[in-house]
Amino acid sequence: MTAAAPAIAVEGLSKSFGGRTVVDALSLTVPAGKIMGFLGPNGSGKTTTIRLLCGLLTPDSGRGTCLGLDILTQSPEIRRQIGYMTQKFSFYEDLSIVENLDFVSRVFDLADRKRKVAATLERLGLADRRDQLAGQLSGGWKQRLALAACILHEPRLLLLDEPTAGVDPKARREFWEQIHTLAADGLTVLVSTHYMDEAERCHEIAYLAYGHLLARGTVAEVIAAAGLTTFTAQESGTGSLRIADLVRALAGLPGIDLVAPFGSALHVGGGDAALLRHSLAPFLARADFVWREDAPTLEDVFIHLMGRSTDNFAGGPR
Amino acid sequence: MTIRFGASAHRLWAMVLKEFIQMRRDRLTFAMMVGIPLIQLILFGFAINSDPRHLPTAVLDSDRGPFGRALIASMQTSRYFDLVQFVATEDEADALLAEGKVQFVVSIPVDFSRRVARGDRPALLVEADATDPAATSGALGALETMARTALDRDLTGSLAGLKVSPPPFELRLHRRYNQEADTQYNVVPGLMGVVLTMTLVIMTALAVTRERERGTMENLLVMPLRPIEVMLGKIAPYVVVGYIQVAVIVITARLVFAVPIVGSLWLLTLTSVVFIAANLAIGFTFSTVAKNQTQAMQLSFFFFLPSILLSGFMFPFRGMPLWAQYLGEILPLTHFLRVVRGIMLKGNGPAEIAAEVAALAVILLVVSVIAVKRYRQTLD
Repeated sequence: MTAAAPAIAVEGLSKSFGGRTVVDALSLTVPAGKIMGFLGPNGSGKTTTIRLLCGLLTPDSGRGTCLGLDILTQSPEIRRQIGYMTQKFSFYEDLSIVENLDFVSRVFDLADRKRKVAATLERLGLADRRDQLAGQLSGGWKQRLALAACILHEPRLLLLDEPTAGVDPKARREFWEQIHTLAADGLTVLVSTHYMDEAERCHEIAYLAYGHLLARGTVAEVIAAAGLTTFTAQESGTGSLRIADLVRALAGLPGIDLVAPFGSALHVGGGDAALLRHSLAPFLARADFVWREDAPTLEDVFIHLMGRSTDNFAGGPR
Repeated sequence: MTIRFGASAHRLWAMVLKEFIQMRRDRLTFAMMVGIPLIQLILFGFAINSDPRHLPTAVLDSDRGPFGRALIASMQTSRYFDLVQFVATEDEADALLAEGKVQFVVSIPVDFSRRVARGDRPALLVEADATDPAATSGALGALETMARTALDRDLTGSLAGLKVSPPPFELRLHRRYNQEADTQYNVVPGLMGVVLTMTLVIMTALAVTRERERGTMENLLVMPLRPIEVMLGKIAPYVVVGYIQVAVIVITARLVFAVPIVGSLWLLTLTSVVFIAANLAIGFTFSTVAKNQTQAMQLSFFFFLPSILLSGFMFPFRGMPLWAQYLGEILPLTHFLRVVRGIMLKGNGPAEIAAEVAALAVILLVVSVIAVKRYRQTLD
């Protein structure tokens, strides 16, 4: 595989369970050495896609490669070269940190096993806790152990399924520092997340909803492509209307796709700028609020995309 | 409405209602709740009989006289004995008893008829396989009563005077393998099979289900482990556990219960591995069916009950109707009981137990194929 070849390249991947299509003709390319954020609402098929990539599931249709290996026929080879971190902590709680890592290193039949385990413990700062039982660790340390177990065999691709769910901000930040260090060493990372700040740490993001890939690119590209116009309203303190009243008043007006309160501020947005301005006009004129047009955030874009795809999904003749 | 000690009927009802909803959702548990009593009632109600009849009997008739024939005829009329084979030599008779093919051997000595007619009161030897005293006691009891009247019809004319007690011949009973008819001799070796069945099936069923319940199975699947490696790796430690159990039971049987160990312990050790492996494969199969550890426990229990009741451990195997015997033949414990009792009490060697070990091997093979196939399915 040359440096230019993508780490993941799949086309038309589909998978359904009991008549429900979970991944629908998904095509995705992840360049080598990049961190690709995988986003989308719950049940959008992120976990299923990851499982298809590492050969845990067989796609109903579609084809593609992972690290240049065919996902349909070469999944045993793929599994040797990837690290997959499951959504739920999936190491042994009744084993200590070092025992868990020893187990993984034996399964992978690593040469120079002891040194690699020691080096990984050191690298992730687990050396002091090596003899603690995994079950007694806090969420952040558990996740660190899981990452250690995933990189022990020096994979070329990391598949991380919501690795930071339920982990405190400090541990999350440290985790992302590790991910960036690994990527700098040439590792490709596909990481699914619900956190916007994490999405913004990725080189590229892919947005999946109901099995379809809806957006792809850098954060700036995805935001720009959404073509969203947003306003922020702040209570001015002079009028009688409050934010809660504004939320009620705006509901269902044409052109308003997005209404989200943030403390004492309200975020309003829509895909059709002219229609949005038209609907907002009566409120823009009132003195109750201070209005400001601003750039949409990634979260605005996602909620907007999610709303649109739900409509497609529910209303379509599928 | 609040009851005095602080329990609310509404809250209690909320709990009860929730339990019922959950019970209904768990299909397997629900099926078990209805199915277990029904199946077991039918199975055990009809199958269990502690006074077995139609026990296979071989006859060594060295006399070939009229009284011998009359005797055999009346034994068959009693319904306790089924004449399955005439043998010519004692060795042949011994082999049949050792292999468990017959329960009784009746030896009619040379000149039996003539000596009865002479009023000599010749001896009639009945050898019983008494490894399970319960299986033979009813038949032997009936035999003693029968001996008094068996020949009455043939003792006519000048012989009518012999129709008095004591009977015209002497009935000599020989309880082979367990002369004292000590039930412990039968139960203690059998317990080895029961304990192994119970612990090994439950342990493997839980061990694999636990991996799935805790989410660690997904991790195993994505690592470069083959299904067969996972399966063997999970089972192997329990083979060691099984052997520790065998050792504990053999030592206890000898020291505490003074059960004789006539045969070779090495042979027992060797054949146990097939039985242990068969149980573990069954446990593994259960774990591929069960969704959680509770279901795994239920399945194990569902298997354990017939193993105890239909295998010949608790009730005489031959006392059961034929269909129940066929059912019993599917259970590994049935065959292992014959092996372990054969080796420990009868001193059986490889030749006598070969058929039972082969049956265990077949069960092991069939269950292993199912286990691996089912385990593969869980991947997708």
